[in-house]
Amino acid sequence: MASLISCPHCGPRPKEEFAVRGDATLLRPAPEASDEAWHAYVYLRANPRGVHVEHWQHVGGCRRFLVVERNTLTHDVLSVADAAEVAQGGAA
Amino acid sequence: MSAHRLLTGGLIDRGKPLSFTFDGRRHSGFAGDTLASALLADGVSLMGRSFKYHRPRGVMTAGSAEPNALVTVGGGTRREPNLRATMVELHETLTAVSQNRWPSLATDFGALNDRLSALLSAGFYYKTFMWPSAFWEKLYEPLIRRAAGLGRATLKRDPDAYEKAWAFCDLLVIGAGPAGLMAALTAGRAGLRVILADEDFRLGGWLLSETRLIDGRPAHDFAAILVEELAALPNVTLLPRSTVFGWYDDNVFGAVERVQKHLPIPSDKQPVERIWRIVAKRALMATGAEERPLVFGGNDRPGVMMAGAALTYAARYGVAVGKRVAVVTASDSGRQTAAALARRGVEVVALIDARTASAQASPMPEGARTLTGAHVVDTLGRLSVEGLVTVRAGFEERLDCDAVAMAGGWNPRVHLACQHGAKPVWSDVHQAFLPPDVGPDFQAAGAAAGLSTLAEALGDGVRKATAVVADLGRSAPTVPLPEIDAEEAASGAAASPVWLMPGARSKAFVDFQNDVHAGDLALALREGFGHAEHAKRYTTNAMATDQGKLSGVNASGLLAAMKGLSPAEVGITTYRPFYTPVSFGALAGTARDEEAVPHRLSPLDGWAKAQGAMFVEAGLWHRPAYFPRPGEKDWRASVDREVRTVRAAVGLCDVSTLGKIELFGPDAAEFLNRLYCNPMLRLPVGKARYGLMLREDGMVFDDGTVSRLGHQHYLITTTTAMAAKVMSHLEHAAQVLWPALQVRFASVSEQWAQMSLAGPKARQVLQAVVEDDLSAEAVPPLAAQAVTLRGGLRGRLFRISFSGELAYELAVPAGHGRAVAEAIMAAGRAHGICPYGLEALNVLRIEKGHVTHAELDGRTTPDDVGLGHMLARQKPDFIGKRLSERYGLTAADRGQLVGLVPVDRQRMIRAGAHLLREGAKPSTLNDQGHVTSACYSPTLGHPIALALLKSGRERLGERVLVWDRLHKEEFLAEVVSPVFVDPDNRKIEPKEPA
Amino acid sequence: MRYSALSLLKNALGRNLGWSPVWREPEPKPHYDVVIVGGGGHGLATAYYLAKAFGVTNIAVLEKGYLGSGNVGRNTTIVRSNYLLPGNEPFYEFSMKLWEGLERELNYNVMLSQRGVMILYHSDSERDALIRRGNGMWMEGVEAELVDREGVRRMMPFLNFDHARFPILGGLLQKRGGTARHDAVAWGYARGADRLGVDLIQNCAVTGIRREAGRVVGVETTRGFIGCGRLGLAAAGHSSEVARMADLALPIESHVLQAFVTEGLKPCIDHVIIYGAGHFYISQSDKGGLVFGGEIDGFGSYAQRGNLATAEHVMEEGVAMIPGLSRVKVLRAWGGVMDMSMDGSPIISRTSIDNLYLNAGWCYGGFKATPASGFCFAHLIAKGEPHPAARFFRLDRFERGHLIDEAGAGPQPNLH
Repeated sequence: MASLISCPHCGPRPKEEFAVRGDATLLRPAPEASDEAWHAYVYLRANPRGVHVEHWQHVGGCRRFLVVERNTLTHDVLSVADAAEVAQGGAA
Repeated sequence: MSAHRLLTGGLIDRGKPLSFTFDGRRHSGFAGDTLASALLADGVSLMGRSFKYHRPRGVMTAGSAEPNALVTVGGGTRREPNLRATMVELHETLTAVSQNRWPSLATDFGALNDRLSALLSAGFYYKTFMWPSAFWEKLYEPLIRRAAGLGRATLKRDPDAYEKAWAFCDLLVIGAGPAGLMAALTAGRAGLRVILADEDFRLGGWLLSETRLIDGRPAHDFAAILVEELAALPNVTLLPRSTVFGWYDDNVFGAVERVQKHLPIPSDKQPVERIWRIVAKRALMATGAEERPLVFGGNDRPGVMMAGAALTYAARYGVAVGKRVAVVTASDSGRQTAAALARRGVEVVALIDARTASAQASPMPEGARTLTGAHVVDTLGRLSVEGLVTVRAGFEERLDCDAVAMAGGWNPRVHLACQHGAKPVWSDVHQAFLPPDVGPDFQAAGAAAGLSTLAEALGDGVRKATAVVADLGRSAPTVPLPEIDAEEAASGAAASPVWLMPGARSKAFVDFQNDVHAGDLALALREGFGHAEHAKRYTTNAMATDQGKLSGVNASGLLAAMKGLSPAEVGITTYRPFYTPVSFGALAGTARDEEAVPHRLSPLDGWAKAQGAMFVEAGLWHRPAYFPRPGEKDWRASVDREVRTVRAAVGLCDVSTLGKIELFGPDAAEFLNRLYCNPMLRLPVGKARYGLMLREDGMVFDDGTVSRLGHQHYLITTTTAMAAKVMSHLEHAAQVLWPALQVRFASVSEQWAQMSLAGPKARQVLQAVVEDDLSAEAVPPLAAQAVTLRGGLRGRLFRISFSGELAYELAVPAGHGRAVAEAIMAAGRAHGICPYGLEALNVLRIEKGHVTHAELDGRTTPDDVGLGHMLARQKPDFIGKRLSERYGLTAADRGQLVGLVPVDRQRMIRAGAHLLREGAKPSTLNDQGHVTSACYSPTLGHPIALALLKSGRERLGERVLVWDRLHKEEFLAEVVSPVFVDPDNRKIEPKEPA
Repeated sequence: MRYSALSLLKNALGRNLGWSPVWREPEPKPHYDVVIVGGGGHGLATAYYLAKAFGVTNIAVLEKGYLGSGNVGRNTTIVRSNYLLPGNEPFYEFSMKLWEGLERELNYNVMLSQRGVMILYHSDSERDALIRRGNGMWMEGVEAELVDREGVRRMMPFLNFDHARFPILGGLLQKRGGTARHDAVAWGYARGADRLGVDLIQNCAVTGIRREAGRVVGVETTRGFIGCGRLGLAAAGHSSEVARMADLALPIESHVLQAFVTEGLKPCIDHVIIYGAGHFYISQSDKGGLVFGGEIDGFGSYAQRGNLATAEHVMEEGVAMIPGLSRVKVLRAWGGVMDMSMDGSPIISRTSIDNLYLNAGWCYGGFKATPASGFCFAHLIAKGEPHPAARFFRLDRFERGHLIDEAGAGPQPNLH
């Protein structure tokens, strides 16, 4: 993870080309959702010690947001997928 | 021939003598020498002083683990402290000086510390210097600081260049010793892309010190033949003088290549050092093993060194480290080394073996006494060793010698494999810490894997590389193993190490550089610091520049022995990058000085320069700050003139740095409606609108304009500073939040040169360069449309005003920017046009109460800055809507944007001043807010300011204290509306033509 | 044993055989009035002040590794109280005052060195922001000084005045700021707490938080169940993992922050210097090594190690600020796991669960906060209400919108 990311569009690229946005498990609540749901979305984080998914943007490449599944303890990357495809129920 | 140089042998070029100086004295050596070997050859054994007790020290090793022989090399801006003499390649005119001594290496007053060492026990500084407290900074600390430290850094500008590079390979072999060379050869012959890196300037590792024949020829010749074949293979890259210092994620390795450090004057065509980021499918750690010092009384006397180092000096450099060498050992390897030393013509006078019954006896040279079951309890001599005191079966004996070679066994160099957190594994069989299993991508080979014979190491290199070749889907060639003359038998179970020779009569050192002795570790244990990490931190063991390469394992062994545990239970402290120290310069590469970060220049940069602009950094951009004219005495005079010109006539300002994003698609309107907090759905084609974006937490993210250029075609602008962030924000929204929306967009920031033409004469000037009708009816305020310039160039025109004047922003393709600006200036000359810069722009906007990042600092809401009316709460959704409703963001006592005018109209208000109620005592509780922006208003003729004042909008007319304690100023100001000039916006579209 | 020059002398004469352990190694008791999870600086300081200032002595500190094995021994040792916002400044100044008396309080030399902390500015807007900060400090009674370019040059002639990409225009100096010896802080509090009867229990990992009727009654550990009246979590870096045991999600992400030290050098940098045009800070330890750091690596991580790209970036900024660092060699890099909170400021707070108290979210600021964090957390646990200096550090501030966002970066922890 921390050295290279295999971008599904650009191939393995150095970490410096990417920017981390944060936890990718969070779904933006509906406008009418509860205050608690909105608070949880914006502020609360599972922050697991182990497998985690994050949004990384390939800012120095294709500019796509990627869903990066990786281990926060070992830094192993388990999978990388395009975020829009994941959001639309495509290949996860 | 110098005192200690052997008559023959060694990989030095006796035809190339080199002269150099050490502490001002002239010495000579040969090409192929290191500084250490050349000094030893000249009979110099005293090379440094230790850190704490300033004890005299000599060289301990022949490699990168050297703790003692640290010197400062070079002079002027190339002066470099703390270089290991064992790693400095000798060159003509090299100058080296010793460190951490005063007045001289032989007579060092700091050695007084040694007399006081009982007082200066481990951690002594935690227990004293507490009274009186002011004395710490004034007396104790300066004394400690001066005494501490090693070499002196100049902190002068470095004249040399550095660079960084990526490299990719199938197999990275770290270390070009027996295992590494064979591995590289095996993989190289199989066609893999191989990188072979070694920290030494000559490839071969231990083969260069080996005294036996391989395939009937000297071992170093055998190595040279392998290197020659590797060098000829196009798929193999050799990196001598390159230390692999770190193992990072995804099998990326960091290495530093010392490209020109060995040359007297580096060429400016090459960097002096180069960082390699090596992406390796597989890697082999063939880093060999470090010999373990023996801990006995006086084991730090100059002349006492590692046995393997003594052999390296003899075999590789043709130097006898002494004329009468005593070998002290607790293992077979010491005996073998003693024999090898004798083979190379070094006189070994005694072999002291701590073991009572040695497992195996190598033949001893004639004249050497063998004392088994004996311990060394002290060494004799002052600045160099003159003898040993041994005890055997209770009988003491003194032995004359002028060098002591100690062989305490071998520690595999496991560091790199442990940098991801895995701990070395203690092996009872090897009696050593072995590398942990970190998976197939990175394996150890040879001595680094714990193998102890040359034959095993050679074979392991072939075997490990063959496995990699197969793993990567290639077929491996057969690489025959060479015949080794008189190979030693595999030793089987290693002897139990002797962690501390009993009966020490003087300090028995564990960490040589930091002066940690066995008694310090005992003290740490006694005081409760027995955990390996506590002991390290309390005693500073393994914290010196060698990072415990010699001391780490011994400390664990000693602690284990004292606790009655196995070293497995005590463990060892963490290995981290860097394997050996790496220069800032190498890691920084080409990024330095003016080129530390990229420069961004506007397409109008050339125009502004021609207009005589003074520039200012704005993020990566260089922007014109103001345009001085002859006779103006300071920047204020220029800015005041520029502001007055804009207010009275017309001015031209480069606004190309604004972020510009062009959007298309059927859902573009809906998309923008969700991104901005104000309504965007019904923006007509041909119109622009001011827009405010929030973060999801309800704070203002950025502001700018939204222009609808066509039914499904929009152009938005962002502030200069936030351009990249807004782009990313949009991409997040489009790709992650609402991927179903049909919208596409691209940044066009760099495609357009954009200039603001502002002032009552703006229309007349612009009409001279634009073909289209610019009348108020054709181009009303907030119009946004395509225009054709005279001559046919197509551009975009926006009726947007930041200054409050009649103003246009004209965008043209970037390459035409300068020509258009020049045409406008020519057209405006008759109207008194002037260029204006950021400073005037800032004054103009403060006068109009417009906000920038000084107000929109990520902590303000739309309401805070007086834009609460823009929040379209009736919209079903927009980013930031929900959380902007929280109590904390809507509380009435939040800071609100107001204007300030000093009661004494002469007082300049400074941004950053705080506000207090008149008569209130300054305190955090009483703090009423702060000044965000301030300037002198040439339009009003006095200073003005914008401020965020608690409940400010209710307080217009109140007098508040402007409190600038930093400048020792306080004075009253009146709270006024933040719009100082033309509050009714009459000037944007003057009724009468100007 | 009381430490002094005299005790050193006496023991030196006794060949240093007379020193006794600085702390006991007690077996855990079945129940304590207060259990603190985390034997780092904050946990140890909390226990010390609970016993010393609030009369609670039946306390255990549970540490999964060795005392001081977390971030207290893995930082750049900077101590300062030059914060921007009124939510932070009083707290850090309270901490500064405690630092100033700590050696005698603990009878342990933590080597507080008030050598001055300088934040550089490189543009007018940075200057204005520092003026705001400096005046905010003065509001709290904290001395600050704006130094112009020539003043900075006199103090730090080695800075890049002639070829800087971003010119050094001046700086904000807090003379009372400086450094302290990090390990000593942990050890000093540990020794002090132990002497007041606190049980410091090492190698004792908490594996569960037991609740009955909605309130915490104790913790499951690798050394068995330990009951408690009140439970304080001081496990920054791993707060989320510990809080999860009580089904509590926190506004925190764990990130790795690297720090670095160079080889030992004779004195050459006399202050703590903070680069304004990037994220770089440096000082020289009493031992001679230059200690420095930059920003977090940017991704969630519990691995106590960083990546090379960030390290290179830190060095780039170092050389940009001090060109002469180029030939200085970096000895060691290490990584600490930071509790990065969603507004960049800490949490010392009650939680929604009875008897469960939280000390977390220290971001970059944990070391300098140690004394006040301990004191305020002890106050909260003992009295059930926040100490005035830490009253803004409530966990519910995120729901209520009372954020303390020094960086103005919003709810994205890797931007703070």
